[in-house]
Amino acid sequence: MDTFLKEGRWSQALEQIKLWARLNSPWVIHFNSGSCNGCDIEILATLTPYYDVERFGIKLRGSPRHADVLICTGPVTRQARDRLRRIYEQMPDPKFVIAVGSCALSGGVFDGCYNVVGPIDAVIPVDVYVPGCPPRPEAIIDGVVQLLGKLQQGARP
Amino acid sequence: MSKEQFTIPIGPQHPALKEPGHFTLTVDGEVVTGASVRLGYAHRGIEKAVESRNWVQDLYLLERICGICSHIHATAYCLGVEKLAGVTAPPRAQAIRVLVAELERIHSHLLWLGVAAHQAGFDTLFMYSWRDRETVMEVLEQLTGNRVNYSANLLGGVKFDVDTRVLETILSGLDFLETRTHHYLDIVSGDRIFLQRTRGIGMMTSEQAERLGVTGPTARASGVRRDIRVDAPYAAYDRYPIQVVVETTGDLEARFIVRLKELLETYHLIRTLLDGLPEGDLKTRMPRRIAAGETISRVEAPRGELFYFIKSDGGDQPARIKVRTPTLSNMASVTQLAVGHQLADMPMLLTGIDPCFSCNDRLTTVQTSGESETWTWEKLRQYGIASYRERG
Repeated sequence: MDTFLKEGRWSQALEQIKLWARLNSPWVIHFNSGSCNGCDIEILATLTPYYDVERFGIKLRGSPRHADVLICTGPVTRQARDRLRRIYEQMPDPKFVIAVGSCALSGGVFDGCYNVVGPIDAVIPVDVYVPGCPPRPEAIIDGVVQLLGKLQQGARP
Repeated sequence: MSKEQFTIPIGPQHPALKEPGHFTLTVDGEVVTGASVRLGYAHRGIEKAVESRNWVQDLYLLERICGICSHIHATAYCLGVEKLAGVTAPPRAQAIRVLVAELERIHSHLLWLGVAAHQAGFDTLFMYSWRDRETVMEVLEQLTGNRVNYSANLLGGVKFDVDTRVLETILSGLDFLETRTHHYLDIVSGDRIFLQRTRGIGMMTSEQAERLGVTGPTARASGVRRDIRVDAPYAAYDRYPIQVVVETTGDLEARFIVRLKELLETYHLIRTLLDGLPEGDLKTRMPRRIAAGETISRVEAPRGELFYFIKSDGGDQPARIKVRTPTLSNMASVTQLAVGHQLADMPMLLTGIDPCFSCNDRLTTVQTSGESETWTWEKLRQYGIASYRERG
């Protein structure tokens, strides 16, 4: 037992357990920072029976304090900017961000509008980008799978 | 009764809705004594942005005001611009516009049914209605190639035709949805537990509805017979009339029943429309510059009356476009009706009007002096920056 603790194998095992849990139940929170709703309904569609991402252990939570993954839609408007940042800061570490839709990636059609700050990554760091206007539910699921793949390879944290 | 009042801030991020909106509720125990709403989290400045794009580009921008009712925004815009240019789209195009608008209404109402059921804690109904909604999404995808922003409209016509293969998908989809809608109608008017959350909650009399200026299914659930499709038929609605569904009770249950019965009307309308789809072209020529003038265009969106004011100064860009969406007219009813209800009823009450914040967040200035004033892009930008710095 002593050697087990000394060689740091205990913390290694703990890390593996944490990774296993993280890969199998990524809880998500969704924030719309100025989207047209198109991406939001497609995200909701992925959670409902036809696409059903709950089979991957993905669950939509109401509070940022319960969530591992922040799914963002829309360009960031001036009023939503501070709220987006605050929600990101309230999430416990390690946290990941998926930007969904053209507007979240680049501002989309709203790029240059006077009340738009810019894409999501102008405000918070983004891990996975899902393009499309709006992306199909399959694409959103693929985005989540890409994130899980990255985690499995030990990219982050 | 305690003297102390407790204020509950909700939002902009909250579990009840997909979209950002902020509500401040004052409560005494469990009873709400006051409610106020702060909007504008999704304000992007679209109305100003349309002035720096040309007529065709604006079609795609305006379609993205709202992802749920994108087609109806484009339809209102197209009808208005066509009126200004003195062009009429061919009958087949008008019929296809109505077809897509009604399919959109089906998807919007089923979406609403699910979200509203979710607010009541009835997740089974939420999951079932969203599963069935995929039927109409599939139809829309087969018809237009896209699930959400269909972009079916063109200035002067439509892009897509209805072929026999799509026709079969639509008809078999409608048969399935019709049986499901009857089933949902049984649930919302028969399930005792569900009725405890809806019957007698959020009562709005027809006088109140008139005074608060509510529109769409929310008004029709309070006995106000108002539907643009009948009162001022646009596109092809004069050839395919619908029956206006009206309920007189005015509570949440009535709002469920009105929307579901509207679905049945919609199925009927689509069947008659597909039976006698006029032959002919899909589009006519549109001038690149639109003659100077101004016009209004009114359509019935899934949530109520959608109003467009379009002004042209003869160029290839609009001079001004003003959009008034149904959510804004319905929002006042929520803050009014909230008082005296249980805190737990608030999410249901809010969803009862089917709010859509991306539609409704726009800038309004009230002038008292009566002098007209034009705001430039830069001035709006500076105004926005200063305003949010002040608010923090």
